[in-house]
Amino acid sequence: MAAMLEVKNLGISFGGLRAVNNFDIKIEKGQLYGLIGPNGAGKTTVFNLLTGVYRPDTGSVVLDGTNITGKKTIEINKAGIARTFQNIRLFGQLSVLDNVKAGLHNHHSYSALAGIFRLPSYRRVEREMDERAMELLHVFELDEDVNTLASNLPYGKQRKLEIARALATDPKLLLLDEPAAGMNPNETQALMDMIRFVRDHFDMTILLIEHDMRLVSGICEELSVLNFGEILAQGKTADVLNNPQVITAYLGE
Amino acid sequence: MSLLSYLINGISLGSVYAIIALGYTMVYGIARMLNFAHGDVIMVGGYAALTMMLSYNANPLVAVLAAIVVCTVLGIVIEAVAYRPLREAASPLAVLITAIGVSYLLQNVVLLVFGPNPKSFQSVIPFPDLKLADGALNISAETIVTIASCIVIMIVLTTFINKTKAGQAMLAVSEDKGAAQLMGINVNGTIALTFAIGSGLAAVAGVLLCSSYPSLSPYTGSMPGIKAFVAAVFGGIGSIPGAMIGGIILGIIEILGKAYVSSQLADAIVFAVLIIVLLVKPTGLLGKKIQEKV
Amino acid sequence: MKKNTNFKSNMITYAMVIAAFAIVQVLRTTGHLSSLMTGLLVPLCVYVILAVSLNLVVGISGELSLGHAGFMCVGAFVGALFTKCTKETITLVPLRFFLAVLLAAAVAAVFGILIGIPVLRLKGDYLAIVTLAFGEIIKNVINVFYIGRDSNGFHVSMKDQFSLGMEADGVILLGGPQGINGISKDSSFLFGIILVLITLFIVLNLIDSRDGRAIKAIRDNRIAAESIGISITKYKLMAFTVSAALAGVAGALYSHNLATLQASKFNFNTSILALVFVVLGGIGNIRGSVIAAVLLTALPELLRGLADYRMLIYAIVLIVMMLFNWAPKALEWRERYLGRFFRKSAKEGE
Repeated sequence: MAAMLEVKNLGISFGGLRAVNNFDIKIEKGQLYGLIGPNGAGKTTVFNLLTGVYRPDTGSVVLDGTNITGKKTIEINKAGIARTFQNIRLFGQLSVLDNVKAGLHNHHSYSALAGIFRLPSYRRVEREMDERAMELLHVFELDEDVNTLASNLPYGKQRKLEIARALATDPKLLLLDEPAAGMNPNETQALMDMIRFVRDHFDMTILLIEHDMRLVSGICEELSVLNFGEILAQGKTADVLNNPQVITAYLGE
Repeated sequence: MSLLSYLINGISLGSVYAIIALGYTMVYGIARMLNFAHGDVIMVGGYAALTMMLSYNANPLVAVLAAIVVCTVLGIVIEAVAYRPLREAASPLAVLITAIGVSYLLQNVVLLVFGPNPKSFQSVIPFPDLKLADGALNISAETIVTIASCIVIMIVLTTFINKTKAGQAMLAVSEDKGAAQLMGINVNGTIALTFAIGSGLAAVAGVLLCSSYPSLSPYTGSMPGIKAFVAAVFGGIGSIPGAMIGGIILGIIEILGKAYVSSQLADAIVFAVLIIVLLVKPTGLLGKKIQEKV
Repeated sequence: MKKNTNFKSNMITYAMVIAAFAIVQVLRTTGHLSSLMTGLLVPLCVYVILAVSLNLVVGISGELSLGHAGFMCVGAFVGALFTKCTKETITLVPLRFFLAVLLAAAVAAVFGILIGIPVLRLKGDYLAIVTLAFGEIIKNVINVFYIGRDSNGFHVSMKDQFSLGMEADGVILLGGPQGINGISKDSSFLFGIILVLITLFIVLNLIDSRDGRAIKAIRDNRIAAESIGISITKYKLMAFTVSAALAGVAGALYSHNLATLQASKFNFNTSILALVFVVLGGIGNIRGSVIAAVLLTALPELLRGLADYRMLIYAIVLIVMMLFNWAPKALEWRERYLGRFFRKSAKEGE
């Protein structure tokens, strides 16, 4: 089976500091893959490289057979990668519904003139968008909040809304940056079920960064451990978590 | 020879812009606000000095000192009454519009007190002009004093910021207000001090400007104010040497533009140069580049 | 659902404008409107359009523009020149006027694109200062343009009117700092109101569409918008261009209400005035812009009885209103003592 994401020798430096070096990863279609590592190991930098926020100095990124190395964020999203952010980035002054509809932007289109003059295409496409957005919001149990401003949502719901918005772009690969951060154990449990559901229901491949080991060991099939910008260990979750090197990196000498 | 004298005039005008721009840049650096009333403080400084000289027959030096005192107090009052309450406002535009209100207020108060007609300003500089090369090159005393003042102000200000506790507090507040507060720095006091210094400098600039271009009206401050703002951005807003360099370059461009291209297009040229600089270096000549963290 | 509240809110805005028009017409026919207020009617429409157009950039797109008077200036001159040239050929005034407005909007839009492409790469206060610079450049350049027409066609010069080299039958259309003279007064309050309604229609519907959503998404979070495939450049430019075109409309309406037109009128203060309307009316609140533009344009005239003190009072009112509307302490106080009333009106303003 062909890999959904294949990254080879990815690297970037910031002013002489090698933030990510020689990063390889291969994720199969439909896999739930975890990227873990101590604070400052370069996990979010990897996400930023994969999504075109930074241009890599070295290496290649191939998504489902298409080379997307060095492409811009927008093109990478169109090619099929969507993400969430560690520090939540919602459209705070838009409603929950509009946040998701913004995610649908490139899949449901009508011209600016059709929008201004309220042509039939406007009404039809907006209705499609409403329906699609409501489906997604239903998955994340946000149906009740459609008209709430995103900035007024409680924290846990904001995280969910970010995932819903990312899914609205109809990606092949979903990157989640610490989805459980700031959640209590009950919320985390519910989130794990939700992530699994997303994978099964949307036929999604998911790469996630997480610190919560319960979540990681609970849902990730494979893991990569990043330490000082380099891969420390890689493989089946149970094997990696029992790797003495990994334990040292996390707990210190 | 004419090129040389244009250059000297340019540096002189640029020195005035630089002194005004220092006020803009310091206030921006510390309060993150564009103080559009700054230009009008210059005008108030001019009127204060003029009143001292005409009504009280004051010696020019006393008049300048009085103008500095008036403007310093004015700066502190404006900050406390109009800007401080809006420091934590939801939009940074709120304080910008208030500054515009203050600008209108100053113009109209002066209009009511002194009337709309321009007043002729008597130069405060008692020296004769400097004639070089058998009179082929005439440098006015105002020019020399303006340039000298600019250099002195630059040196004093840099020393003040780098060597004194108050100056260091200013740097700390401009870097991070919250952290400065936690370190026991009096943030309100430091911002007030910045406004005081900026406004005091505006008074000096006002007197120098009116000595070189001896006509004073309630609207005298607005265009030099905008130009100085441009100079501050040009040099990299928030940077003191940037304001200095920006001001002087701007002055030179303006005078050369007037002399060699068209007096009506000189301002357009100044603005065009600003646009080009910002497109090449989006944060100005000496501005810091800030990358948003993802 | 949300759709309906938006629709209702928009209808209230249109109804407000139409009601204002009806009331003014009644007052006029019954002779209850002073000549001063009558003279103010078209300028009121001009500033409403200008404020709404600027709000599209400042409130909806989230960029500070300090050079909007520049686009207004382009529209004013293009429209006036068109009318001057077609005075004999197109005799139907409404047709001539709306063609002039259309052309003004188109040329201002082109300027919007040309200026927007470089400017929108910048951020925050740097963007603001560059728009200011462009506004001043437009004003200064138009100020040195001379255009004349004779039997041989058009002549253009940037020096003076004699350099046009025209035949004896030549007419000066645009005379540098003297601007344009003898513009036919084609505008009227009715035309002004129609243009206000068209402007509102375009802006309100744009905001509440797929493209408007993209524009607002970029305003709220640029990086997130990129991550879901929204082109920053395209939508920032769209908002800026539409806004420039509408400012051009305001300019054309303005110039057709005057006998003579000079570029120096479109200075920095005009741009700032529009910004004052936007901020006082509520950033991003279109109906608020309309109300603020009307009140603040009428205020100095209503205060005319106070003669010399009117601009002073205007300045004080402006400062006090800003403090009252924006200072966190004042908002707290309002919440405590006037809470119910203001919360209600704030909701309606959404």
